[in-house]
Amino acid sequence: MTVIVDYRAGNLTSVRLAIEAVGGMVQVSSDPDTVAAADRVVFPGVGAAKNAMENLRELGLIDAVREAARSKPFLGICLGMQILFDRTEEDGGVDCLGILPGQVRRFPNVTGCKVPEIGWNSVSANAPHGFLNDGEEFYFVHSYYVELNPFTVGRTSYAGVEFASAVRRGQLFATQFHPEKSGRIGLALLRAFLNTPATEKQECPQC
Amino acid sequence: MLTKRIIPCLDVRNGRVTKGVKFKNNIDLGDPVEMAVEYSDGGADELVFYDITASAEQRPIDIGMVESVAKAVHIPFAVGGGISSVADMERVILAGAEKISVNSLAVRNPAIIADGAREFGRQCVVLGMDPVKSDTPGCPSGYEVTTRGYRELTGMDAVEWAKRAVDLGAGEIVVNSVDADGTRQGFELTITRLIADAVPVPVVASGGAGVPKHLIDAFNLARADAAIVAGMVHSKEWTIAQIKDEMHRAGIPTRLHW
Repeated sequence: MTVIVDYRAGNLTSVRLAIEAVGGMVQVSSDPDTVAAADRVVFPGVGAAKNAMENLRELGLIDAVREAARSKPFLGICLGMQILFDRTEEDGGVDCLGILPGQVRRFPNVTGCKVPEIGWNSVSANAPHGFLNDGEEFYFVHSYYVELNPFTVGRTSYAGVEFASAVRRGQLFATQFHPEKSGRIGLALLRAFLNTPATEKQECPQC
Repeated sequence: MLTKRIIPCLDVRNGRVTKGVKFKNNIDLGDPVEMAVEYSDGGADELVFYDITASAEQRPIDIGMVESVAKAVHIPFAVGGGISSVADMERVILAGAEKISVNSLAVRNPAIIADGAREFGRQCVVLGMDPVKSDTPGCPSGYEVTTRGYRELTGMDAVEWAKRAVDLGAGEIVVNSVDADGTRQGFELTITRLIADAVPVPVVASGGAGVPKHLIDAFNLARADAAIVAGMVHSKEWTIAQIKDEMHRAGIPTRLHW
């Protein structure tokens, strides 16, 4: 069973429908034990980082999310990618989960570049790894971005910044874009995620 | 590179997609879900549905339709018409829509923009507006906001209203020109450009698209971030792919693979 973590950070309907469309069995839950028992975990999120972190704390989900990100196939989406990192500039600066090393920053004000970035942008994929093909376009909605870091597997440019649009460490995968809203190419990514075999956590040397 | 979006607009009347000129002479075009799939498969970057009879009939929006669309297509779509409260917005969002478009309601009750943005995030709240050319002294831009399907003048300046809506929390502005709507003679570039230059959020050109050149002009001359098409694609005179091909040849960043 794939569990979508519900921590009151945005609408999960489209994520659920997209996973169901590629044949996945899904449960939406905010219960730490359910997350702990999941075969694989999807960690979406829309909205503000500060609220998101507070909700995770209130719901007692922080340890369950950390453990899931370490030990099973895990997909962070949008804000659910950003808060995996150390810290974000959003809301005057918020400490995040620190599962991955790096910073989240706001797009600079550049003439002609509206913030948030809303729309389809291309992803340059570093190396073949089963989820992304170089140059594919996905749907983005965000004002903050993750800086390039050692776990970057996809890069995208906007407002004069090249940022990490996809990261991977072992079974942990996360995207700034919304695969659930990215048509056929997005569904293919979700299908690839559902098909990754769950392996032992030793697979990932960094963990 | 961020691409310019093409957004087919589906006007829904009693559960069927229709097309009329300035809300008259409506012709039945098909089933909303089937058309959504067709356009999504054909390369549309986003969709917008207006439940055009909901407000007039004072009934809520057709949530069943929103749910069916959300199950069938996996690209962003916005829904407007028949929304009168944050609770209505929530129903639409939970049914799987990406965005809610408010128009006359926001003029009557601007707080709905702030409430919606607080509840669901700015990116969910689209302000639709129907400006018309005007020499009303209160409208220095030369464009006045109309409501209720162009039936009422508001005395509000279109550019000022766009700026205020963004301050309140609107994440995107759809500029639907009353004068150009349904004509297929091209977008109203002047007011689109005035608003695109005045607000920090994406602006969508709407009303008047007839040939690909009209979209190219909206992007290049009016600095729109997206453009709505209706009659030119509903009539099958143009496909989304053909429009994108022309855009690409004109040097406009365009999503070409889907």
